[in-house]
Amino acid sequence: MDLSLLPDGGMRWLDASGAKSTIVLSTRIRLARNVRGIPFSQRAKDSDRTAVLERVSEAAASTEKLGSAVAFHLDQMDRPERQVLHERHLVSKELAGLERDSRPRAGAALLVQDQVGVMVNEEDHLRLHGMWSGFDLEDAYAAVESVDAELGRLVPFAFHPEFGYLTSCPTNAGTGLRASVLIHLPGLVLTKEINKVLQGLSQVGLTFRGLYGEGSEVVGNFFQLSNQTTLGKTEDELIDHLGKIVRQVVEYEEQARDVLLKTAPEEVEDKTWRAYGLLKHARRLSFEETMNLLSGVRLGVGLNLLPGPGVYTLNKLLIYTQPAHLAAMDGRSTGDRELPTVRAAFVRRLLEAEPS
Amino acid sequence: MLCDNCKEREAIINLTQVEHDSKVTLHLCEQCAQQKGVETGVAIMKSPLGNFLGALGKGAALVPAGAEGMRCPACGSSLRDFRDTGRLGCDQCYVAFDAHLRDLLRRLHGSSQHVGERYDAPGESGTEPDPRSHLLELRAQLRRAVEGENFELAAELRDRIRVLE
Repeated sequence: MDLSLLPDGGMRWLDASGAKSTIVLSTRIRLARNVRGIPFSQRAKDSDRTAVLERVSEAAASTEKLGSAVAFHLDQMDRPERQVLHERHLVSKELAGLERDSRPRAGAALLVQDQVGVMVNEEDHLRLHGMWSGFDLEDAYAAVESVDAELGRLVPFAFHPEFGYLTSCPTNAGTGLRASVLIHLPGLVLTKEINKVLQGLSQVGLTFRGLYGEGSEVVGNFFQLSNQTTLGKTEDELIDHLGKIVRQVVEYEEQARDVLLKTAPEEVEDKTWRAYGLLKHARRLSFEETMNLLSGVRLGVGLNLLPGPGVYTLNKLLIYTQPAHLAAMDGRSTGDRELPTVRAAFVRRLLEAEPS
Repeated sequence: MLCDNCKEREAIINLTQVEHDSKVTLHLCEQCAQQKGVETGVAIMKSPLGNFLGALGKGAALVPAGAEGMRCPACGSSLRDFRDTGRLGCDQCYVAFDAHLRDLLRRLHGSSQHVGERYDAPGESGTEPDPRSHLLELRAQLRRAVEGENFELAAELRDRIRVLE
């Protein structure tokens, strides 16, 4: 696998250039599509899946948006490499065959170009996706929508006049659209308002997940907010609604941070400096501890309590301190007992290179 | 793993709660999770469908009794398969099970009528198909013909592809 083929490792969304980037890390759009007349991935035979991949690859090659895409064939990659792609949020756990006792399906692939890509033979034949820096639903959707339009002219998608785009799981039918925003909410967690906010989400048709999407746990106060339903509303309505609620949640988070600064300024300052100090000097760091400390530093940077590091560096640390990334960088296995030492050294190196 | 709460049944759900700035994960069986869910209101269930069924409080509502054996004529999967996996077999399942799915879609999404972007497959409803899509279709047919050792058809398809190219 050669990730250097991707100009930015497929992670331009990390660059913190987008709106509200100290609170909203990234925006993701995905559209689920299936090729008409071929059984859905779970029911398909290997020859069906290979046919889907050939068809999609051929079609993609003649499009503008994916014409020079880099292809990763998950079924021909080692587990650590697949895990790196997963840690970069480029493929799902299912596509990468990282679930317990599983392997990637025959024909499981990722085509990626710039900020858009398509997972082939995931739960649905095609999962088109795009990741954008900060809070930017409109640009992300416009880009993925144009990939969809180009591919849909070349590959016949399964579509039903009443039910819309047909998907393997009925929870995705209709638009097949899942729009999500990865958001950092330490203020709401510290002021214990978070449960109220999360409960409110389900009442307005939204749902939340952890850092890696479906089935993943919440770490480092990062929450992924997304639409729950996909049918009965237009794409624009779904996106506008999510956008409206996210803006509200960002506002609540800002209010919570104000409350913290007013009621416990010294404690907050102490907390963020301690987190920064630990990251700068610790000799062994677990991934989970790193995530929590990064959350504290990110809060401090957002509140101008800390002079640095930059948000881009914090974003890079989120990705590169994950087990498969560290292991690959240092030529180790992901289960290596020395990984916490390697992690601490890496964090120190990146932070020392920053002005502070 | 056994349920953290009753320590009797198999844990199938991870309930993550955020307290202060740390999180607590409980591994719970379905029954205990439902009890906890009522108390806390914040549960990350395994799948959106699981979440929905959990909210309904009765998984059996998904497929009415007696209809379980119904099969999709195109892919052969049954409503029972759907109930067990939460996944349909192919696009034709939506036609074969349409009454059941319409009902389910309404409960999942509040509506079964797609109002988003309309889609016409290449060559449908009078639109001029992209010439490339025809070529891609022929190539797909050629691969199937070769796999099925239908060489007469394959030769014919190859000729038609050459002309288009």
